[in-house]
Amino acid sequence: MSKILIRGAGILGGRPQDVLIDGGTIAEVADTIEPGDAAVVEAAGQILLPGLVDLHTHLREPGREDSETVLTGTRAAAAGGYTAVHAMANTFPVADTAGVVEQVYRLGKESGYCDVQPVGAVTVGLAGKQLAELGAMHDSAAGVKVFSDDGKCVDDTVIMRRALEYVKAFDGVIAQHAQEPRLTEGAQMNEGIVSAELGLGGWPAVAEESIIARDVLLAAHVGSRVHICHLSTAGSVEIVRWAKSKGWNVTAEVTPHHLLLTDELVRTYDPVYKVNPPLRTATDVMALREALADGTIDCVATDHAPHPHEDKDCEWGAAAMGMVGLETALSVVQETMVETGLLDWAGVADRMSFRPARIGRLEGHGRPVSPGEPANLVLVDPAYRGAVDPADFASRSRNTPYKGRELPGRVTHTFLRGRATVVDGKLT
Amino acid sequence: MKHHLISAADLTRDDAVLILDTAEEMARVADRPIKKLPTLRGRTVVNLFYEDSTRTRISFEAAAKRLSADVINFSAKGSSVSKGESLKDTALTLEAMGADAVVIRHHASGAPYRLANSGWIDGSVVNAGDGTHEHPTQALLDAFTVRRRLVGRDAGMGRDLAGRRITIVGDVLHSRVARSNVLLLNTLGAQVTVVAPPTLVPIGVESWPCEVSYDLDAVLPKSDAVMMLRVQRERMNAAFFPTEREYARRYGLNGDRMARMPEHAVVMHPGPMNRGMEITAEVADSDRCTAVEQVANGVSIRMAVLYLLLGGNESAAAHTSRTDAVRTEETE
Repeated sequence: MSKILIRGAGILGGRPQDVLIDGGTIAEVADTIEPGDAAVVEAAGQILLPGLVDLHTHLREPGREDSETVLTGTRAAAAGGYTAVHAMANTFPVADTAGVVEQVYRLGKESGYCDVQPVGAVTVGLAGKQLAELGAMHDSAAGVKVFSDDGKCVDDTVIMRRALEYVKAFDGVIAQHAQEPRLTEGAQMNEGIVSAELGLGGWPAVAEESIIARDVLLAAHVGSRVHICHLSTAGSVEIVRWAKSKGWNVTAEVTPHHLLLTDELVRTYDPVYKVNPPLRTATDVMALREALADGTIDCVATDHAPHPHEDKDCEWGAAAMGMVGLETALSVVQETMVETGLLDWAGVADRMSFRPARIGRLEGHGRPVSPGEPANLVLVDPAYRGAVDPADFASRSRNTPYKGRELPGRVTHTFLRGRATVVDGKLT
Repeated sequence: MKHHLISAADLTRDDAVLILDTAEEMARVADRPIKKLPTLRGRTVVNLFYEDSTRTRISFEAAAKRLSADVINFSAKGSSVSKGESLKDTALTLEAMGADAVVIRHHASGAPYRLANSGWIDGSVVNAGDGTHEHPTQALLDAFTVRRRLVGRDAGMGRDLAGRRITIVGDVLHSRVARSNVLLLNTLGAQVTVVAPPTLVPIGVESWPCEVSYDLDAVLPKSDAVMMLRVQRERMNAAFFPTEREYARRYGLNGDRMARMPEHAVVMHPGPMNRGMEITAEVADSDRCTAVEQVANGVSIRMAVLYLLLGGNESAAAHTSRTDAVRTEETE
């Protein structure tokens, strides 16, 4: 593989340096490097980060290839600066066997745009009744470490306890979609002032918080790792903060949209804002930003949830839940965390690459930008300003809440083990 | 007025009074041997009902027909909708057929809003009840009924409900009637109190322009009108209250309780009534109960709404002269 010299980028937002990529690895980092026979990428004014890692992506293949495939989803990921994504298990068939996770893993390898690490289901068919073959999925070629029934909560306390215990054998983690099912029957949006006015079924914060409280207690009791998916309320932050203060092994993620959008947007009845967990209040948004800044929330995860147009171009009650996020995540984080002064670019690298890779136990990702490390890198132009145009998306779906909205920052280059997947903002 | 009527919040105080005044004009038509005006001749009104509601549909149908509009009734049951057609495609069909107004009843909150704001159709959209959100024409006919009873039929013209104390009792949580009434009555200057067990009051009610009480007996002596909401027996199984009898004891309106209301105060019910549950037969059949009047007033209100949405932006005065002209034309 040829050599690439990235010239003058601020590594993790630090002073400008040159970085030489040789083959799949970083060969040299220095103030000036002679290009020699290397292709040169002029990157003055840009930020160089380790390739982003998403713990929470829906790729929809197998089963719903009309909304996304592994190929289109990984292209979207590369365009957004990601070099690794975790593919959620709620496909058709469900990723609850070694066969399905190996299929998804293989499709990721074939796509070549981004490493795909399948997430295995916790229970058979996401039904919450019987543990899936967690060990077989771990032992498969896919090497699954993260298990989740995402989209559904593992609400049976005993099943949750057993799952937490069982995955200790291979250092796995249970990623919980915290949603108490009885408290959220018929839920359409955050329960509060806006739901009272709109007459939409309420999804109360306590339905999330009560499950998180239970699960951190369970994880502490059995001495296992639990990860909280898309945490969305100020109360959830308090519980995770308390659990961490006890030294318990809990990690948590927040989505970009929960860092920016509030339930006031539901007044439009536009299903593009329909997502699970629902958009919360401004108070929750501020608590989530602060918790991400102080490390209570470990990482940003997209919950990239592609849906075809017809599933969103309808009345609110009939619409599917979810929004796409891979291609806008970094911009939203720049707007909500960097430009507010809550996080510097090193912090962004930590929350969007180092920590998610560590939680997923992904080797080769979330590594420092240092000689000898895998050349999984992303170059960002932080000065860029532009309106989001879903027509430009690589994702097969367009259900973004940011259509027409100006967001800062742009991924100009992405490198997966030294090979450019994005050049000058265009997929290769 | 706006092009659509989706929420009671769409109406200013002047809009609402104009509708009530126009409805008084329309009510006079009902007293005549030929209950028909040529006002909407050649216009098409579609009743698009995704949820069964014979009363509301007939009320809108009668209103449109009395204005000489062509009426198409579209029921979701047994139609292409039950074969999986989307609201959008149904809307495009209605648009292609030249619907000037679509009266929509839908089980999903916000469906009329989507229909009006998604560019699917150009005609006016009238919300005839959406999920647990709103039912603005019900609120208008309730306000009309209250104004007639408390202010007077002719004396009420041009007047609002300033200073009147109105109590709404029952399943506020699931009630589109309650939501629309709280908003509209407040716009008209009334003081509104909702009374219900705490399980049937929505979280977030503190932002509503009304008081909240759990004690019916405390509120009744201070009420000029009491609106009883229909309480579904299924709510008991979902643990919103322990038993039917307990609900009736604490929140039902019986003769004893009615006697504690001021003499002029009226009892209202949007129907259909659960006799013995939220209201006893004694109260329902008394002179103070306006349930049947409300039905008649519903036609007048819906005529006024369709006329004002489709007939242009004339003021109540201009409208009066126009109906006079119509009357002249008809007698000639």
